[in-house]
Amino acid sequence: MSVIPGALEQPASHPGASAAGGPAGDPLLSVRGLEVHYPGRGGLLGRGGAPVRAVDGVDLDVARGTTLGLVGESGCGKSTLGRAILRLTEPTAGSVIFDGTDVTGLRREPLRLLRRRMQMVFQDPMASLDPRQSVQSLLVEPLVAHGLAGGRGEREARVRELLDLVGLPGSASGKYPHEFSGGQRQRLGIARALAVEPDLVVADEPVSALDVSVQAQVVNLLEDLQERLGLTYLVIAHDLAVVRHIADAVVVMYLGTVVERAEGEDLYTAPAHPYTIALMSAIPVPDPVVEDARERIILRGDLPSPAAPPSGCRFHTRCPYRQPTRCDTEVPALREVSPGHVVACHFAEQVASGAITPS
Amino acid sequence: MSALAPPPASGSRRADDAGDAAAGLADGALGRVAGDGRGETGGPGRWAAPGGGEVDDEQGTSLVRGALRRLRRDPTAILGAVLVTLFVLVAIAAPLIAGYQPGRALANSGITPSSVPGPSEEHPLGLDPSGVDLLTQLVYGARQSLIIGVVSTVIGLFFGLVLGTLAGAFGGWVDTLVMRVVDILLSIPSLLLAVSIAAIAGQNGTSVMIAIGAAQIPIFARLLRGSMLAQRGSDYVLAATSLGLRHRTVVMSHLLPNSLGPVIVQATLVLGTAIIEVAALSYLGLGAANPATAEWGRMLVRAQPRLASDPWLAIAPGLCIAVTALGFTLLGESLRQALDPKGRR
Amino acid sequence: MNRPGAAATGATEPLLSVRDLEVVFSARGRADVRAVDGVSFDVRAGQVMALVGESGSGKSVTSLAVTGLLPARGVRVGGQALLRGRDLLTMGRRELDGLRGSEVAMVFQDPMTSLNPVIPVGLQITEVLRRHTDLSRAAAKERAVELLGRVGIPDPRRRVGEYPHQLSGGMRQRVMIAVALACDPALLIADEPTTALDVTIQAQVIELLASLVREQNTAMLLITHDLGVVAGVCDEVTVMYSGRVVERAERRELFARPRHRYTSGLLASVPRLDGDRGARLVPIPGTPRDVVPWSTACAFAPRCPVADDACASGDLALVADGPAHVHRCVHPAGDPTATATSATSTSTTPPTTTTGATS
Repeated sequence: MSVIPGALEQPASHPGASAAGGPAGDPLLSVRGLEVHYPGRGGLLGRGGAPVRAVDGVDLDVARGTTLGLVGESGCGKSTLGRAILRLTEPTAGSVIFDGTDVTGLRREPLRLLRRRMQMVFQDPMASLDPRQSVQSLLVEPLVAHGLAGGRGEREARVRELLDLVGLPGSASGKYPHEFSGGQRQRLGIARALAVEPDLVVADEPVSALDVSVQAQVVNLLEDLQERLGLTYLVIAHDLAVVRHIADAVVVMYLGTVVERAEGEDLYTAPAHPYTIALMSAIPVPDPVVEDARERIILRGDLPSPAAPPSGCRFHTRCPYRQPTRCDTEVPALREVSPGHVVACHFAEQVASGAITPS
Repeated sequence: MSALAPPPASGSRRADDAGDAAAGLADGALGRVAGDGRGETGGPGRWAAPGGGEVDDEQGTSLVRGALRRLRRDPTAILGAVLVTLFVLVAIAAPLIAGYQPGRALANSGITPSSVPGPSEEHPLGLDPSGVDLLTQLVYGARQSLIIGVVSTVIGLFFGLVLGTLAGAFGGWVDTLVMRVVDILLSIPSLLLAVSIAAIAGQNGTSVMIAIGAAQIPIFARLLRGSMLAQRGSDYVLAATSLGLRHRTVVMSHLLPNSLGPVIVQATLVLGTAIIEVAALSYLGLGAANPATAEWGRMLVRAQPRLASDPWLAIAPGLCIAVTALGFTLLGESLRQALDPKGRR
Repeated sequence: MNRPGAAATGATEPLLSVRDLEVVFSARGRADVRAVDGVSFDVRAGQVMALVGESGSGKSVTSLAVTGLLPARGVRVGGQALLRGRDLLTMGRRELDGLRGSEVAMVFQDPMTSLNPVIPVGLQITEVLRRHTDLSRAAAKERAVELLGRVGIPDPRRRVGEYPHQLSGGMRQRVMIAVALACDPALLIADEPTTALDVTIQAQVIELLASLVREQNTAMLLITHDLGVVAGVCDEVTVMYSGRVVERAERRELFARPRHRYTSGLLASVPRLDGDRGARLVPIPGTPRDVVPWSTACAFAPRCPVADDACASGDLALVADGPAHVHRCVHPAGDPTATATSATSTSTTPPTTTTGATS
């Protein structure tokens, strides 16, 4: 899969972009200044507290046919962002341009119809499948909703085709979700998302609920499907190793904001933000030789509350490279440190060169 | 607190889980005991074919079918079902079982102020104080209880479901409005509500049904709303929305059916209590208008003056009320367990 | 660098010796389920023994059986678990209660459900202390503050009065560890202690556990599904599959030379931060099983790429393979003859191309 260089620099609305599809370099999804704030709790009436800034001004682009990985730890707002893009959670500000259409401005029925083209795969395959629905029914339902169902024979053929696509036998169609193993259920979840032939698939932690030996099956399946169907993926995950394997570009989030974005292998060979560096160093590698030689950066403390994010750089309270100036007063802007690699850190160059060492 | 280092919340919870009778142990609880938080519970017990396709060829088992299968294995459920079936059969076949017309006093019954005749060949359970065959009265009483119980539960269920669905599906101001109405209904004691409805609508069987049914509306409405709110945040509802299903479809084919479990259980339990309430109302003189109508509650009233000399007259209908109510309660409780997702295989 | 004990395995007497542990769940009207079958291992002071496996491997049941936390009803436990020569499995309830919390302590996966939500965290520690020691109330409280400080909770004097819900996930797991450490246990059993935590927090907790083992000369049984975590901290690794031990080796040996096909398959299937990014993952087909067959044949055979009739024949014992390395595989990985036989067997059966399709 080719990485489209400079996708981030593409203007949000390309002049030639239309609902039918723009030129190949045009991002399929373009998010600008997206915010999701939840009303705060506290005070006498249970409101009036500071709003929880789950997602606080995020920009990102996903080029057609590529995979963008969105990583971060729990509470960083990555799942909320994924849901806000599909408007399963209402964004409070910003825009989500999907193939030239601003999703945030759509009314109910146009939004419903647009959902055919943007689908979601959930983390917990058991929870995301209606336990009362047979496989047949859960695959046919979205077809009916979008008027794609056709006759009885056509439907059955489509169900078999979908099951085959995700590597399940046709005999599965009469079964119910609880009769499958976790990995098989995730295959069902993927088949359901693909039933309506979407362009974009948002996968929220697609493998983290699965057994280790099964995760690779699902990762490979997602890759195969992308190749066969030309899908565009937004993969949300906490596991940088999985994302590294599957994504063409990676966005790292911390406390509701993007701290770093890089193409291809750049993030892994040259992580520029101190948070990314720490995150990378914390991920265990199943190799004692590597592990014994590694210098692990142990972050101090916990994630601050998204209702009261720290001033200046949001990471400064835990940053091992923290400097006495700027970090706690000045919000670092996202800036390009090398082509296609942007980072929100005042001292990224000094950190990279070793001029600043972790304390 | 027990001695183990982690507080007992965990230790005993696990132990309880695993010890949870026969059903959960072999698979469900084992999965949880062994659980390391992964969703994997293993597929059907067959060797895997490469590529992840490992599915038995036999027809799938839906949740309802699974619940029925668990019910068939549960002795409590069987006892409940037997009692309830017996009650329904008796009620339906009342004319075949009873040898006499209900409420019709027999001539030369031999009733004296101090005693009623005991069992005889013509009257297996003897006569009641007004000279009616006791068995006939009991059997027709069952019929009356069943009719009132079912109709009133249906009334409560219907309006409760409508209100609960409105509140649970739309939320926001609809929810607030509906729930305030329900709160008002709920703040009136059910018996008082029944008494006032009977007082307004007149004393007859219909008002008893409306009275008992109306008292159940807020219970069903709240139960369904709570259940729907709990389900509304779940992933499959989100998934249905993200698939672009219409809101109506999401509510009617996903949210509502998955929220009905507790309501079905409650309906079964309510059938039991409705029978007690019918008896209570007729005991208070708010039963059917026609004094000849066979009602267990009314039989209790009639038996009262003779409690010392002929306790059987009170015990017989009392026992009928208790056993029938017990049957519904047992069935309801085992339904609750069978529908509980935690007991699910 | 995280490796706590440098002493060679076998040099010290084992503190805990598990021999032929067997756990059978029997329920009325159902076939008995063998969850653990003939499991043996040793845990030594100052060392970490890792018990690795997926769901259904029996690793957690093993730990519950050893600590007597399985329900008495419907469960048959056989074999021995000798703690300093005393068998934990035949010990009376009272005696076991006296041991748990003082000599043997446990840390579970989910600190939220393992802590009592309505009791301040300090009190949960002092309760254990007062039960097992004759410390006064004031002294116990002092010790609780000290313990919270030792597990890295900032401002412990204020935190003792707080309730579990006021703490973050990482902090709660630290409290759990503090509770476990209250009486200086000789044996610490940690069942997926970091699975519910974010990677940066996981790194903190693993670091903490490793330093405790080092400084207190504690014996630790670490139960996990994560090979990455294992690579960094343990001395010996026992791999379980379907209720049986399939392989055991010293840490570096196991990762450098995995012999059992399950172990090697698992290592090949996990995406790594340092591996070849473009390479396709090699998944293990099928799903892990949670029911152990009563036969002694290889339970992994149905998912194994090189399985043949010999694997199904049964009576597969653990075989020694070099010093301190045992496995239960007929065609061990890295064995030239095994690959050769599998290759020939594939070529001699012309129509079928899949080697995984075992009879």
